[in-house]
Amino acid sequence: MNHRTTNHKKDFFQGLQDGIPVGLGYLSVSFSFGVMAVNMGLPVWSAVLISLSNVTSAGQFAGIGLMAAGAPLVEMVLTQLVINIRYSLMSMSLSQKADKTLTSLHRFLVAFMITDEIFALASQREGQVSRYYMYGVGLIPVASWTLGTFLGAAAGGLMPEALRSALNVALYAMFIAIILPPARHSRPVMLVVLLAGAGSCFMRYAPVVSRLSSGFAMILCAVAAAFVAAMRYPVEEVEHGDR
Amino acid sequence: METDKLLLYTGVMALVTYLIRMLPLALIRKKIESPLIRSFLYYVPYAVLAAMILPDILYATRSFWSAAAALAVGAGLALRGQKLIVVAIFACLTVFVAELLLGIKL
Repeated sequence: MNHRTTNHKKDFFQGLQDGIPVGLGYLSVSFSFGVMAVNMGLPVWSAVLISLSNVTSAGQFAGIGLMAAGAPLVEMVLTQLVINIRYSLMSMSLSQKADKTLTSLHRFLVAFMITDEIFALASQREGQVSRYYMYGVGLIPVASWTLGTFLGAAAGGLMPEALRSALNVALYAMFIAIILPPARHSRPVMLVVLLAGAGSCFMRYAPVVSRLSSGFAMILCAVAAAFVAAMRYPVEEVEHGDR
Repeated sequence: METDKLLLYTGVMALVTYLIRMLPLALIRKKIESPLIRSFLYYVPYAVLAAMILPDILYATRSFWSAAAALAVGAGLALRGQKLIVVAIFACLTVFVAELLLGIKL
């Protein structure tokens, strides 16, 4: 399946467009990160550098906590590993969706931008994804993640609380908009969604298991739910459905 | 904190996070043939996203109730097949209005 130049452009601009709502959501989350980093005593440049080089929310929030506490580097490595291991699941899933334009070099580059939201957008594309789409979809979110951090660190507290609260829900709403429409038409997908959601709540509220880190708990639920569905409903028939 | 220490922490964080993201994408070059693994990977996005929404969305705003309302509105619209941007905007508006109604200050 060879894309022509027009398709490359189209892919890129479609990606840019898809990335806009994510970018808006990121502004608010990274703004909070910037505020928190400065409150913890980090200089503005350092908060911005962390956002630009990590592009991840939970990992960064935990990371600056460890930095402020002067934790050993091993602890930093383990914490990031546990919180962010979900990305490897996403990366694995993307490896099956990547088309020929994603050569080694581009895989190295694109991998940098795999966030929950960008992964979500890439997975809802029909068929395979090209590197043009991936660059398009990653550009605005990564830029606004960095910009929001700078604004929060430099001018924290200027954004009204009500606005931040409302924007915080935007990213979750996007996820909902990605998983529920296909779930409507596919029982297996609905099963996966319900299982994973219920499992995740269980892990949060049940005694003992709630002590697991949230990143690890999420992986467990997602793996279990996807595995159950894969056993019960092997994918052949749904392969050409809306993905 | 000294500059080189900040840079060291940041570098370690970034490297670990990057490797987690990069290795599977860079190493798995072939189409996986096993039907079980293929099926598993097909369901992964839905599973991951669902586990990320619940229960976290309920704590994303300043009030459990504004978040629950946004969840209900968002899910309702998505189940009717509304577009992503529509779902996102209405969920945000719901939070805003709900918090006004609940009397949480702006």
